[in-house]
Amino acid sequence: MERAMERPDDYLERREHLKELTEEQLEARFWELTEKLMDPVVKLAETHTSPSIERSVLLRMGFSSLESTAIVKQVMDHGLMGKGAGHIVYKAAKAKNIDIREAGLQLSEGKLWDEVDSLFKVKTQSLASQQGDRSNG
Amino acid sequence: MDKSVKTQNLASLKPNEKLDIENILKDLENYHPRRRNWIWRSSGTDTRPRISSSEDGTHNNIEGIVRAIHESPQRIGKFDYLETSQNLENSVPLPAAHYFNDIDPQPGCSITTEIASGRFEDDIRRMRMAAWHGADHLMVIRTAGQSHMEGLIEGTPQGIGGVPITRKQIRAQRKALDLIEDEVGRPINYHSYISGVAGPEMAVMFAEEGINGAHQDPQYNVIYRNINMVRSFVDAAVAKKMIAWAGIAQIDGAHNANATAREAWKVMPELMVQHGINCIFSVKAGIKKENICLSTVPPTSPPAPCMRMDLPYAVALRELFKDYRMRAQQNTKYMSSSTREATVSHTLNLLISELTSADIQSTITPDEGRNVPWHIYNMEGTDTAKQAFAGMDGLGTMLEIKRHNSELGNKVRELKERAILFLEEMIKEGGYFKAVEEGFFVDSGEYPERNGDGISRKIDGGIGVGTVYERDADYMAPVTAHFGYNNLAPFGEEAAKNPSSLIGGGTFENPEKIVFIDELDEEDNVNVRMERTEELRQTSKIMPEMEWQGDGIVQTTMFLPTDKRTASFAAIEIGKKMGLADVEVINVEVMHPAEGTRVEIKGRVDFTIDTAKLDIPPEPEVMTEDEIRSIIKSEPMTIVAGTVGSDEHSVGLREIIDIKHGGIEGFGIDCQYLGTSVPLEKLIDAAIETNADAILISTIISHDDIHYKNMKDLHNLSVEKGIRDKIILVAGGTQVSPEIAAKQGLDAGFGRGTKGINVATFLVKRREEMKGSK
Repeated sequence: MERAMERPDDYLERREHLKELTEEQLEARFWELTEKLMDPVVKLAETHTSPSIERSVLLRMGFSSLESTAIVKQVMDHGLMGKGAGHIVYKAAKAKNIDIREAGLQLSEGKLWDEVDSLFKVKTQSLASQQGDRSNG
Repeated sequence: MDKSVKTQNLASLKPNEKLDIENILKDLENYHPRRRNWIWRSSGTDTRPRISSSEDGTHNNIEGIVRAIHESPQRIGKFDYLETSQNLENSVPLPAAHYFNDIDPQPGCSITTEIASGRFEDDIRRMRMAAWHGADHLMVIRTAGQSHMEGLIEGTPQGIGGVPITRKQIRAQRKALDLIEDEVGRPINYHSYISGVAGPEMAVMFAEEGINGAHQDPQYNVIYRNINMVRSFVDAAVAKKMIAWAGIAQIDGAHNANATAREAWKVMPELMVQHGINCIFSVKAGIKKENICLSTVPPTSPPAPCMRMDLPYAVALRELFKDYRMRAQQNTKYMSSSTREATVSHTLNLLISELTSADIQSTITPDEGRNVPWHIYNMEGTDTAKQAFAGMDGLGTMLEIKRHNSELGNKVRELKERAILFLEEMIKEGGYFKAVEEGFFVDSGEYPERNGDGISRKIDGGIGVGTVYERDADYMAPVTAHFGYNNLAPFGEEAAKNPSSLIGGGTFENPEKIVFIDELDEEDNVNVRMERTEELRQTSKIMPEMEWQGDGIVQTTMFLPTDKRTASFAAIEIGKKMGLADVEVINVEVMHPAEGTRVEIKGRVDFTIDTAKLDIPPEPEVMTEDEIRSIIKSEPMTIVAGTVGSDEHSVGLREIIDIKHGGIEGFGIDCQYLGTSVPLEKLIDAAIETNADAILISTIISHDDIHYKNMKDLHNLSVEKGIRDKIILVAGGTQVSPEIAAKQGLDAGFGRGTKGINVATFLVKRREEMKGSK
């Protein structure tokens, strides 16, 4: 690992542009900068998901932790994380006209996936090259 | 609290009965919490500091930096309190409260205690005790390593340094706390951690199970748990959205930088930045500012001149974060194994809270420097906060912080500026992730000084790397409180408004949809553990315990007249000879390098005591002072008293007689004190002369059983003089007991720990009895 930076305390030089500000202005500046720093991270969070997030969706839909884990694993194996695991369960249930739990349990056992693949087919193909942790690129 | 919402199907607790853990564990699959949100103490007091800007806007209004106080004082006992909250219905007051009619004033802020011994079933009893001492924020520490587990844990395995947080465990504890909050008469906030690689799932479970407070700070994952930073922040936003929905109070993780940094007092600018990052991120995820708490610690401890560093920092934080809440933690960085030292440090921390503000006052058990906290130290930590706040109540009306043109004022400004410079450089370097890669955080230099020893994490490294996926244009999640992009429009207006309508409501709307898993491990679970200790619950047998039922642990303090190292080894041998197993030294303090050492040891006993076989004399009846006074007033009483034989001990008897020690004079009893080494005959003569109602002798020396003889002689002499049936004969002394005295023919005997009121009660009652027998 490269060594992180070392630097003596240059606070007095560095603060030149701050020293005329009132404390109120300083506080406003602190919050402005914090927001500026974090806005791109918020944007990233809005547009991405993760296995834990998808499991949390399934939990909220009434699946157990074990069932959620099994379903999300299948979703990842089929390259469909970008669709949302809950979305997949919902669509499978609608297509087969079965209830949500039944659809999820079958999906967790590896069933119904041909159906699901065709339901999401077009977009799956176009996104095939983008699977994985693209946010890190 | 709304009393109409009593816990379903459960008999309420009785103060003199133990909490039935087996009953708590019954029917858990059907138990649902009665509320979700955090509840602040009801005091009519806003504990947040009043901060306003000065007219010219150059500085903050300093008068604001005292805790807001009651508009009208709260009368408790004989005193007016300015910062207290509602009294409890059931509680254990401070030890000295008996001098003040057992009042138990409760601070205005929430009081936290952290409980997690590894066995949640034993922690439940500790939670009840803590609630009685005044804690209303019960925080459960997670077992080591849970933050690295993908997914939830189920069942009730035993933990290390905490408990595995599982649905069964939190449901059982929440159920118990519902009963306990009814018992003490104040809502109890239950708290654990939403971090690690299963954050969103934990958040679901917490919202479903009525958890009221949670740690959630993605920076904690990144810096201290080496969880991939992209994953951490993406997960955190979803978790925070559910925290917002459930009204959970969120606490950040910034205090860890203080505990980790080599020189904790230099990390203050960074701490402000860390707080800012989590605050803004939480607001963007939907949490209300009044539910976002900064976890802040006074960074330094004595012997450093800590107040001059800690106070400006506390003021700067409360000004900069005036819209947010303060969770004041106590210092753990500089803790040793001395519980006394920790208590003093923590009291100084409490002074900072009093002078600035705290919405939640956390406490650290004073034994945290030696072991996973024991039962008794949770109560000590809680009592320390309660005691200090009671004592400092309203201090802000008399003291003022020198905010302007002062060392403090300059330091406050400097801290704010240093934090701003930190943010400026992060942005310049390319943003948050880039700054973390470059080791900006937990550097031991006081920013902008940098020592190159910060913790650096890579954007493409850490646990969970490569598990973040972009949401496609048709990404959809049919659930409530889901953060981020959710393509619901094609599913209709109702779905866009209420996504879970697509599935007929999810678990947040219909708790019966929650799937409860009981146990997954046949060996490692609460049922197996409780079987082993069943005897201690079902019979009258007891064992000492510090953490777990039946652990048998005791601690002993001793002074050994030798050097530190020798004393440590000698103490272990002493423990073994006392019959203890697994003896360990837990604290050593030098009294003098050669003259001696204070040593504390712990060890284990492996026997039980059957309380049914103990010969416990009934507790002496005590009348109230006013009752005794009124009886003596209407029918005066005279006694003669002295220390008998060749015995110069006077202290004990003076304590019983003297008004200034709460003695019987104080009740109006006329006391003829004849001094020490008084012959028995002289006492009898004096009694006859003054027509006394009673003779009180003190007999301390027990050599050759001389105290027996003195008592017997007193009785015999009274018979000889013909006054025995008219006079009450009482003996007292360290070796005297009621049984011994009765055997020698006296009316009563009083031993160690006797107070004037015990003797006065007896005298009044005995005189009535003698009247009746005549």
